[in-house]
Amino acid sequence: MAESSNTQATATDLSDAYLAQIKSKRLMNVIMLMLFIAMLASGFYVADSRNAGGFWDGLGNIFDFPAAMMGEAIERAPLLPGFLIKYLPSLIETINIAAAATLIGAMIGLLMSLLVTRGLAPTPWLVGPLRRILDVLRAVPEIVIALVLIFMLGGGPVPAMIAIALHTVGALGKLFSEVNENASLKPVEGLASVGANWTQRMWLGVIPQVAPNYLSYALLRFEINIRASAILGFVGAGGIGYDLRNTMSWGVGKYDEAAAIFLLLFLTIVAVDQLSSLLRDRLTHGAKRSEVIL
Amino acid sequence: MTATTLQMNTVAQFSRKKRMTMAVPLVILAYLAYIFVSFDVAGLGERMNINNARTLVSDTYSYKTHVTQNNRNGGLSISIEGESKGAYPNGTAPDWVTLGQDSTLVDLGKGHLITLGAQVSYDIPGYGLITARPDGTGVNAVFPAGELPSYINASKNRVMINTEAGRLTITRARAEVFKYSLGWELFFFTLDSPYHGMGPIKLLSSAFSGEAGAIWNDFTNNKMWRHGDVMWALLETLLMAFLGTFGAAIIALPLAFLAARNFTPLGIFRFAARRLFDFLRGVDGLIWTIVLSRAFGPGPLTGALAILLTDTGSFGKMFSEALENVDDKQIEGITATGAKPLQRYRFGVMPQLMPVLLSQVLYYLESNTRSATIIGTITGGGIGLLLTQAIATQKDWEEVTYYIVLIILLVMAMDTLSGWLRRKLIKGDEGRH
Repeated sequence: MAESSNTQATATDLSDAYLAQIKSKRLMNVIMLMLFIAMLASGFYVADSRNAGGFWDGLGNIFDFPAAMMGEAIERAPLLPGFLIKYLPSLIETINIAAAATLIGAMIGLLMSLLVTRGLAPTPWLVGPLRRILDVLRAVPEIVIALVLIFMLGGGPVPAMIAIALHTVGALGKLFSEVNENASLKPVEGLASVGANWTQRMWLGVIPQVAPNYLSYALLRFEINIRASAILGFVGAGGIGYDLRNTMSWGVGKYDEAAAIFLLLFLTIVAVDQLSSLLRDRLTHGAKRSEVIL
Repeated sequence: MTATTLQMNTVAQFSRKKRMTMAVPLVILAYLAYIFVSFDVAGLGERMNINNARTLVSDTYSYKTHVTQNNRNGGLSISIEGESKGAYPNGTAPDWVTLGQDSTLVDLGKGHLITLGAQVSYDIPGYGLITARPDGTGVNAVFPAGELPSYINASKNRVMINTEAGRLTITRARAEVFKYSLGWELFFFTLDSPYHGMGPIKLLSSAFSGEAGAIWNDFTNNKMWRHGDVMWALLETLLMAFLGTFGAAIIALPLAFLAARNFTPLGIFRFAARRLFDFLRGVDGLIWTIVLSRAFGPGPLTGALAILLTDTGSFGKMFSEALENVDDKQIEGITATGAKPLQRYRFGVMPQLMPVLLSQVLYYLESNTRSATIIGTITGGGIGLLLTQAIATQKDWEEVTYYIVLIILLVMAMDTLSGWLRRKLIKGDEGRH
């Protein structure tokens, strides 16, 4: 009898302690939430006060510019196809900048990723420093490198390409090395036992395992780089962004051309997004099928 | 399947693979060749400005001090980078300049001595003494006998001597000496501050004896480097990323329920929400920034709203995908206890969703710090604006370097912070159930 009342007492104690713990945890959560909301509100207030135009004043005007643009575009709707064709070469340049930068960045990133993966790197002491370099490459916004390069090399697609490629090396180098870490080392050991050198071990032992993942990441990067390449054009690196800035600074009278560029940009981004997600989907399925055959 | 067909299949497969391994590098090479031609990489050499590159590189680690004499009235001014905000007050000079009654001695080091006055002279070791008496008729320079070396450029009205130690330019109106020194000039205090040139220990002791406020004030109001403005700019950039990311997450969460198949049986809502997300993502951040800056003007709020709109699309898509992967069993269990719909969401859905959601939001916070810099250069706000301004002057490359270093540090700090938070919050969440 005494024993059972004892266990009952511990059970109530336990449940009390549990409830108290839950309560304190809830209280903590509420405090954190309040703090977060306070930070958000004060942040909004500071941003609003440091902005040239206030939020509440601007909110009414938010549709003025799109309306003016749409108005002009609709008014001169028959000209629109002509503008779409006129700016097609710039669009192709923007896509080329992104594609070349992704390609070059992915190739260098591939090499870097093999050099920074522990277990695969031929020079283990270089892993740390090279990782820091990748971190820095990832941290610098493309626009910074592009602006500096435009000063040295003059405007045009090359500075933008180099800038985006450098950032891509940083981003893909890290992602690729994460993929490499999950690669099976057995083929590498097998190749090493028959006397293959480092290049052969990587090319024949690692790359075939990770290639689908690499391609999938590179495609995702291509989507991001198209957007980046349009933005870099806006600061003077050529492509459709450059035309957009010119038509925008012209103002009223060229809004129909700006609308055409907006449309081109929107369609390209959506198309590339769809295409790349389709390809990435196919890539994972394709990898599965080849495994079955072999 | 007989052995022969199997062998034939294998051989065909292998030869196809061989063709592929040959074709892929060829296609890549062809594309790069096309890029080489279409981007006119060969013509880059002509467009490239070597002088710009040289100024840029040397400016990032060194600065020059100008010692300028007005030949018409004999007035002397010394300033760093020739800017008025870096000027030495009258009667003061760096220790390598000796101010005299009629003449000023400038010691460029390594034996290079320049005397400024009615007669300007430059004693170049290993060459000889150059003298000039600039007046209304010309510079009247006298050189040692023999042919002029290549580093001297002389005409009747202008002499320019470019040595390893510095540069002397003499015209009829002015004689100007440039001395190059290593480092970032006046980084902590400008010359008009009493704390300029004080050692760190002395500074600390003054700070403890009640001058900390004044020292901080002089540091943040440094006219050359504008540390106060830079700090505000960094804060603005962070603010854009913070407001944009979390604002987007808060707006996207309820919309994501509408777009998830298992929570919205009505197709029309699902379709509308999904197309909204696609539209917000497809209209790129660049376009949102342009449109919004027309309504709100330049500043951090515009940048924050641009990030918010773009990321509402991205988050909405990702959250709704996460919602569709939610395990129904947990919701059923909660329903079995008699929970109302809101309680079902709170205890059945959110605990499953939270780790995925938080990890994505925190990842975006880091990447948006970078985007905020870029948006700042377009719309004008934060550190991006300061950076474009410094680049536009085409001479303040040391400041450009400073800003780049700050941006890198900021992004890396956010990267570390978001990684730490991600690990901590998500582990905490897993421990709860």
